[in-house]
Amino acid sequence: MGRRLLTISNLIAGYREPMVGPVSLTVRAGERLGITGPNGCGKSTLLRVLAGEARAFAGRIAYAPGVHAVCQAQDGLRTGEIPLNVMDCLHLTSDSPLPLPERLRGTERQRLDALSGGQRQLLAVWMALSAPRQLLLLDEPTNNMDPAGREDLIRALTDLPAHRGALIVSHEQALLEAVCQRIENIGG
Amino acid sequence: MELLVDPLFRIPFVTGLCLSLLLPLLGAYLRLRDEWLAALGFVHLGGAGGVIGSVVPWPPLATALGAAALGVGLRSTRRRAGNDGYAVMILAGWAVMILGASLDHTARVMGQALIDGQLYFTGNAHVAAVATFALCLGALLPALSRRLLRARLMPGFDAVNGSSGRLDTLLFTALTAFGVTLAAMSVGVMAAFALTFIPPWVAFRVAISWRGALALATLAGAVAFTASFVVALLVDLPFGPTLVAVLVLLAALRAVRRPPG
Repeated sequence: MGRRLLTISNLIAGYREPMVGPVSLTVRAGERLGITGPNGCGKSTLLRVLAGEARAFAGRIAYAPGVHAVCQAQDGLRTGEIPLNVMDCLHLTSDSPLPLPERLRGTERQRLDALSGGQRQLLAVWMALSAPRQLLLLDEPTNNMDPAGREDLIRALTDLPAHRGALIVSHEQALLEAVCQRIENIGG
Repeated sequence: MELLVDPLFRIPFVTGLCLSLLLPLLGAYLRLRDEWLAALGFVHLGGAGGVIGSVVPWPPLATALGAAALGVGLRSTRRRAGNDGYAVMILAGWAVMILGASLDHTARVMGQALIDGQLYFTGNAHVAAVATFALCLGALLPALSRRLLRARLMPGFDAVNGSSGRLDTLLFTALTAFGVTLAAMSVGVMAAFALTFIPPWVAFRVAISWRGALALATLAGAVAFTASFVVALLVDLPFGPTLVAVLVLLAALRAVRRPPG
């Protein structure tokens, strides 16, 4: 296992009032850490604190020097009538994005608003995976995904390069067991 | 037909053509951010500034741009994007514009010009201001574009590394405010709004890529402007309403593609 990318110490987080914690964890390069727990226990709130969308009441969050993170939102890519195609989206996070997974092949020039919910979700994760950032923060990445998309995702996460680490929040135990070396249960 | 090549109309034509190329670009990003009402808010605020400038009297164009700057300042105090603030801006700007125009003759003429969109009265000050705006837009928009698109699709992408995006919002709001205010003072209030709203509205339905949408919106703006300029001059119609009418007809192009989903 490589160097520490992210250290969270005694974090108590929530919105108007605390709803999760205290939580302490570390993510190292080459590591995929899963966070699970019952619905409403505050799993996603942990990631939202990192994105500035929830509040830290106590504790400490520290990225290692020079480490940058990329965050995939739980609700996937917001749509509506929008003239961005799949390649446009991938180029928003990377100048040289990863090749498309099997489930998205042939959709390169397809508009975002013409994709299915599962394809959009896979694209959102792929945008995060393509970003040249060391720490990957994924929130319920398999939401709306069909089995083929899920397989693509599992392959990509297990093949993550050694200099990158991932913090994966999911209620899907089977996914976490398939891709993570460690699983933490919070609020359980 | 000689009117079309009359040197008297060159400055108005160049000013309007530049605006018809630039405003649809701004409008595309406003639409992306669900903030298209900002265009209507700032044209009314700028119009109110122009009328106040006529009453005081201060140079109307400079006063209109000052009013737009005030609007940018107010907008920067709000953290989240949204249309409520722009709705208040429309109402306040409209009230000040109409009340101001009732105070004296010069202000009434200015108010009427803002309604009619008398492009033919534009002069060197307008051309210089539009050229400056074009330079600012050309310098800033390519740098802002990726971050504005990301903020819409992946709001957490930059925030997770400590970038709030407030500077991007401020710069984009300033570009919008100055661009549509200049347009309001040149082609009139409603024509400025129509140029910002309709070409991107069509492009968002029809285009199959972001670059395609920007290209289509600017093309639609320029074609509508040129057609309106010729028609208004030859038939002797007020320019602003002519441009709005042509743009409304252009909106039928949305039928070319079926709605998504």
